[in-house]
Amino acid sequence: MSISEAQVRHVALLARLKLTDEEVARLGDDLNSILGHIDTIRQLDLADVPPTAHALDVVNETRADEVRPCLSREEALANGPEVAEGAFVIPRIVGGGDAS
Amino acid sequence: MIDVSRLTATQIRDGIADRLFTAREVAEAALGRIEALDGQVHAFNQVTAELAYAAAERIDDAVRSDVVLPPLAGVPVAVKDNMNLLGTRTTCSSRILENYESAYDCTAVRRLLDAGALPVGKCNMDEFAFGSSTENSTFGPTHNPWDLERVPGGSSGGSAAAVSAGMATISLGSDTGGSIRQPGSLTGTVALKPTYGRVSRYGCVAFASSLDQIGPFAKTVGECALALNAISGKDPMDATSVDRPAEDFTATLAEGIAGLRVGIVTDLLEAEGCEGAVRDSVRSAAETFAALGAEVGEVELPSTAHGLSAYYIIGPAEASSNLARFDGIRYGHRVGDADDVLDLYMRSRAEGFGPETIRRVMLGTYALSAGYYDAYYGQAQKARTLIKRDFESAFERFDVLLTPTSPTVAFKIGERASDPLAMYLSDVYTIPVNLAGNCAVSVPGGLCPTSRLPIGLQIIGTHFAESTVLRAAAAFEAALGFDPTPPLVRDVQ
Repeated sequence: MSISEAQVRHVALLARLKLTDEEVARLGDDLNSILGHIDTIRQLDLADVPPTAHALDVVNETRADEVRPCLSREEALANGPEVAEGAFVIPRIVGGGDAS
Repeated sequence: MIDVSRLTATQIRDGIADRLFTAREVAEAALGRIEALDGQVHAFNQVTAELAYAAAERIDDAVRSDVVLPPLAGVPVAVKDNMNLLGTRTTCSSRILENYESAYDCTAVRRLLDAGALPVGKCNMDEFAFGSSTENSTFGPTHNPWDLERVPGGSSGGSAAAVSAGMATISLGSDTGGSIRQPGSLTGTVALKPTYGRVSRYGCVAFASSLDQIGPFAKTVGECALALNAISGKDPMDATSVDRPAEDFTATLAEGIAGLRVGIVTDLLEAEGCEGAVRDSVRSAAETFAALGAEVGEVELPSTAHGLSAYYIIGPAEASSNLARFDGIRYGHRVGDADDVLDLYMRSRAEGFGPETIRRVMLGTYALSAGYYDAYYGQAQKARTLIKRDFESAFERFDVLLTPTSPTVAFKIGERASDPLAMYLSDVYTIPVNLAGNCAVSVPGGLCPTSRLPIGLQIIGTHFAESTVLRAAAAFEAALGFDPTPPLVRDVQ
């Protein structure tokens, strides 16, 4: 299975990565090389094998639903690249004057 | 000044308790070694002298008040820079977290400090733990104290090099596919990956959550056992940490291995790509085990042939999901001139992540994307079941399994940097252990006769068999009498 340039661009959008044309070309080569190596796994007949998501047989680990101390607002905001009025600042998401 | 590099953790603690020297003197000695050596080795991203001296003062106060000292009192420790510690940055050696200040303490680090340890610094690593050489760091590579032109392994290469060069007595790393054991092997240190769930992962920046586990480096098996005593146990902040009765992992170290059933994993040992000297070292170790009274036999783990493929699907898939949190909004690098929020995400991440991180996020996103999930991620999780079953049947016949830790000794800086696949093969022996959730230790097996570089032996145990694995390692260590001091730093005080 080989990954096309268009697929690399699609995956980069899904992964939220702005790539240059050069990076798209190089990553296409890298991914094809890696996928070529791991491709044998697709050929295995594993229809009757259950998947393992977790190595230990631990299920439904829960704790009591109790109020506990947590980071203060100041602490939670301390690493924010842009902070104002006790909140993280982000670019406008919903429309301004000429909403499109 | 005392030579802290020649003292074990227990000698340091007892020396302070007996007033032979103070914790402050130990801190000064460790920081002095960092000052003398780290310009060449670059094990540290940040040296935390103030924190070390503050912790030392608490120990020295306790001595003055005749309080019984905890087991790691005054012991210099270093932690991988993906573990949070208040008062330090936690960068994961990534530009995107270059200025990130820890907002809380990682549980394993906190427990080490609660046992009296002195935090001397945060260690260099492959960015977000993606790599096997510590070359993928935005702050530049770490150098192997055995040969400064060679890599220390990775991704916990800084933690391994810090212990190897005697700049810390114990360090913590994290191991997702071999990131503790492989650098342990390449630097001649003892390096333990505990069973998945033995140690809380809270406060360790996640790579692949179903595989990640924190563990210690030290120069001796006994010190690794002491560190494991301190860091293991249930943590309400990590639902995957397992609630088990507390164990003293040092208690059975000296009991010997008469009758222990040891299996040499022959198909892994004979695999292509394994250096002859590494193979010889494992065979010679097997003879040592037999001479010590163990029942040595042979076993195969055929499904581990799919380990690398399964890992390079599961690891990147989980990583691509975990790294979605780095979006330039709540913390980390952020472009200043974004047009809109999508542009902000896409450019902040592309600028903040290094090439290998981008490669893994792309690979993982692809493997999870619509139309490919069943072919890759689904198949990889099923292959994981086969590998787990292979180990289960091997552990019906054997108490521990023997393999090389790494197929090669330390390679030159730059040698594998341009070939991701060659780098990925560094972990071919360690990856299956993470997929099955087992514990394993890498213990020095001697030096390669030609290169004079350390070779590591991997001793694997089933879930929660750390006591057995460490006892086997301790018996082997005592029989071998390996000197873990690299020649380059032998004369540095």
